[in-house]
Amino acid sequence: MAHAHTDTEETTRRDFLYIATGAVAAVGAGATLWPFIDQMNPDASVQALASIEVDISSIEVGQSLTVMWRGKPVFIRHRTEEEIKEADAVDISDLPDPLARNANLPANDEATDGNRAHGAESSRPEWLLMVGVCTHLGCVPLGEQGEYDGWFCPCHGSHYDTAGRIRKGPAPRNLDVPVYNFVSDTLVRVG
Amino acid sequence: MRQSKNNIMNLSRLAAAAIAGAALTGAIAASPVLAAGEQHALKDVAFSFEGPFGTFDRGQLQRGYKVYVEVCAGCHSLDLLAFRNLSQEGGPDFTPAQVRVLAEEFPREVLDGPDAFGDMFERPGKASDHFPPPFANEAAARASNNGAYPPDFSVLAKARHGGADYIYSLLTGYDEAPAHVEMREGMAYNPYFPGGQIAMAQPLSDEVVEYTDGSPMTVEQYSKDIAAFMMWAAEPKLEERKRIGFQVMVFLVVLAGLLYFTKQKLWRDVDH
Amino acid sequence: MSGHSTIHFKNPVVRWIDTRLPVISAMKVNALDFPTPKNLNYFWTFGGILTLFLGIQIVTGIVLAMHYTANVGLAFNSVEHIMRDVNYGWLLRYMHANGASFFFIAVYIHIFRGLYYGSYKAPRELLWMIGVVILLIMMATAFMGYVLPWGQMSFWGATVITNLFSAIPLVGTPIVEWLWGGFAVGNPTLNRFYSLHYLLPFVLAAVVFLHIWALHVPGNNNPSGVEVKSDKDTVPFHPYYTVKDSLAIVVFLLFYAAFVFYMPNYLGHTDNYIPANPLVTPAHIVPEWYFLPFYAILRAIPDKLGGVIAMFAAIGVLFILPWLDTSRVKSAAFRPLYRQFFWILVLVCIGLGYLGAKPAEGGYVIASRILTAYYFLHFLVILPLLGIFEKTRPLPASISESVLSKGSGGGAAAAAGAASAPENRG
Repeated sequence: MAHAHTDTEETTRRDFLYIATGAVAAVGAGATLWPFIDQMNPDASVQALASIEVDISSIEVGQSLTVMWRGKPVFIRHRTEEEIKEADAVDISDLPDPLARNANLPANDEATDGNRAHGAESSRPEWLLMVGVCTHLGCVPLGEQGEYDGWFCPCHGSHYDTAGRIRKGPAPRNLDVPVYNFVSDTLVRVG
Repeated sequence: MRQSKNNIMNLSRLAAAAIAGAALTGAIAASPVLAAGEQHALKDVAFSFEGPFGTFDRGQLQRGYKVYVEVCAGCHSLDLLAFRNLSQEGGPDFTPAQVRVLAEEFPREVLDGPDAFGDMFERPGKASDHFPPPFANEAAARASNNGAYPPDFSVLAKARHGGADYIYSLLTGYDEAPAHVEMREGMAYNPYFPGGQIAMAQPLSDEVVEYTDGSPMTVEQYSKDIAAFMMWAAEPKLEERKRIGFQVMVFLVVLAGLLYFTKQKLWRDVDH
Repeated sequence: MSGHSTIHFKNPVVRWIDTRLPVISAMKVNALDFPTPKNLNYFWTFGGILTLFLGIQIVTGIVLAMHYTANVGLAFNSVEHIMRDVNYGWLLRYMHANGASFFFIAVYIHIFRGLYYGSYKAPRELLWMIGVVILLIMMATAFMGYVLPWGQMSFWGATVITNLFSAIPLVGTPIVEWLWGGFAVGNPTLNRFYSLHYLLPFVLAAVVFLHIWALHVPGNNNPSGVEVKSDKDTVPFHPYYTVKDSLAIVVFLLFYAAFVFYMPNYLGHTDNYIPANPLVTPAHIVPEWYFLPFYAILRAIPDKLGGVIAMFAAIGVLFILPWLDTSRVKSAAFRPLYRQFFWILVLVCIGLGYLGAKPAEGGYVIASRILTAYYFLHFLVILPLLGIFEKTRPLPASISESVLSKGSGGGAAAAAGAASAPENRG
């Protein structure tokens, strides 16, 4: 067994060396760990984001189209005047979730109908685009159903209105509005 | 003192063994296997990306891309790269806006579909698309090239001995066939190609591609630029790899030093 | 190993666990307190290096498997997807590919250490044989792993080596078709190689456990070859050898990092960056460098079956080594004649490796045959005879005595190395 020196300074120096070595080794181990964790994060090809372009010319007033985007359904609805008026008339303070949840707008914008049907560069209020994933536990809500004339999620009974805002039921947030932009009159790019 | 001398000796024996081991494996692995027509010694270009601190020259990669699009892409695919790679770190460094334009203006459109009628259709490229190939498949490629298959460029710089130097030598190596060589029909003489006869005619000539940055518009410059571009295409992470490598080496040297002194201290009072 | 431990722990949680499953006391006895000869040189650090590299290969392999696709139409591109798109994928791939090479560098040094110091002799014969099993499993794992990127060398190397089994009389062809899952190397082959490549490293880990257990029964050999006689000959494994092994590991990692970050493709073949093409055979099919000596032996024998037998016999001869070497003296430090033959063997193995990369023509074939013959001569003739006729040097009475008389200027018997002078006694 190695003999410990009784000299305090010697002990301190020796301990410092051991501590320094251990600390440097630990830092190295931690730094080495990161790539193994990060490799499970979405890779560059996934992050490249298929951004999709959708031809909306054939969607009549009062009709919806569902497209797949980043593995999830996106509802594209050509709303009627009535649906827009109905959504406009709602008082924000009556909403369980007062925020717009629109990726094209700042995070704390209010959930006015204008802010819900708002694209990256312009808005056309008759077009409502939303990620069709219920904000409760992820089921796909059914269109033109429910007590608020919007969408109804059959899994646990969440009701969304004509602007896709949660009105009744366990869902905590309004349906998300993805990044989108009208490339032309008939073409919208999502993502 | 005695102990540390022995330790240094033992450590250096270990290091010598490891070096010898690595050198031998290197010698064995790198001994060039001579093909049935001896390969000409390659020309050596001092590329900017060579060496432990090498990096790509952005301008060179952009010029190389231009050469690819205007000269090579007609026959050679770049299947494994996407337009978006052109704007990623460590590459030609085009901006995302430029990449969108490059994708749309690429000489070929991208195959997409099926549409609502079940048909495939073509559309201009987007950043997320991979480079569309010049031929639908290998058979079509061969049919258009006298039976020869123009190889894909994605990893070609790593798939040939000599890498970028080989590509440069090949492109600048076309020459008149010497008297004793009987050329097969449709082949061109190039001493750098294994066997000396290559199905691809010299693809480059002076001023075939316009450079707007003042670089000479010569076969030699084009060859350097396309070779560098192909090396980037094969190893887009080269700069990141060398950068992280430096940090790792420094760290390991520091840790080795600390461990060495720790070991010395620990063993000082043990006869060994 | 079974039964209750007698160690008393102060920590109540540790005590609770250990009385129900004595893993912690097992760790303490086998990894911390284990009495280890105090004269071990750096050639004894390769066991620790190997354990680390098994861990590196398993961890990098598992994360690569999250992104790799084993299908002939997708495999090559999935590897490039890893290199280009997966976060740090390039690093994981290069670590795994170079990790295999460095695993073999370490294992060859580890084996030659065993050959030099007689670590295979009684009572460590089974330890040695388990080690040969480890080598075989490593070779199978590496062979199958190299097929997975589905490059030209992957495909054609697999074709050449699996075709060898058709040399077996009567059942050869059915066996090969069974291995392939078809009439040539193809998708079924790729998939089963992937499955087994994932499996074998865990089998290897279990065999390594047995290897260490077998080692801990007699304890480590040491450079003098004289067994431990008392406490004075040993030090506890921790902290002396945990720290020394860590130093050796970091130095080894420095060489590893140099390859991973600066020469990641140097030990490989450019042809493997060409997607596999069953219609085009590369000009020269060569295995990875660590298989080259065996490849040279295989090709040295003109007969196909003979070549296969010779190649396997080259490893088989290692299995029976404890009984071929008749000398009672373990360490080459005290066997002046054996020491010279040892270094000749090293050169012969390196020579065989060099020849394995050359085309099987002319002078290379003749040289391969000479070196192959010498390889077997060494094990089957020279070693048995040496044990009988060699005049060995007098052994030190104990390890502690051998290190006490170490003079200044180094070179004492306790150190490794070819040129160690005989130690002064008395």
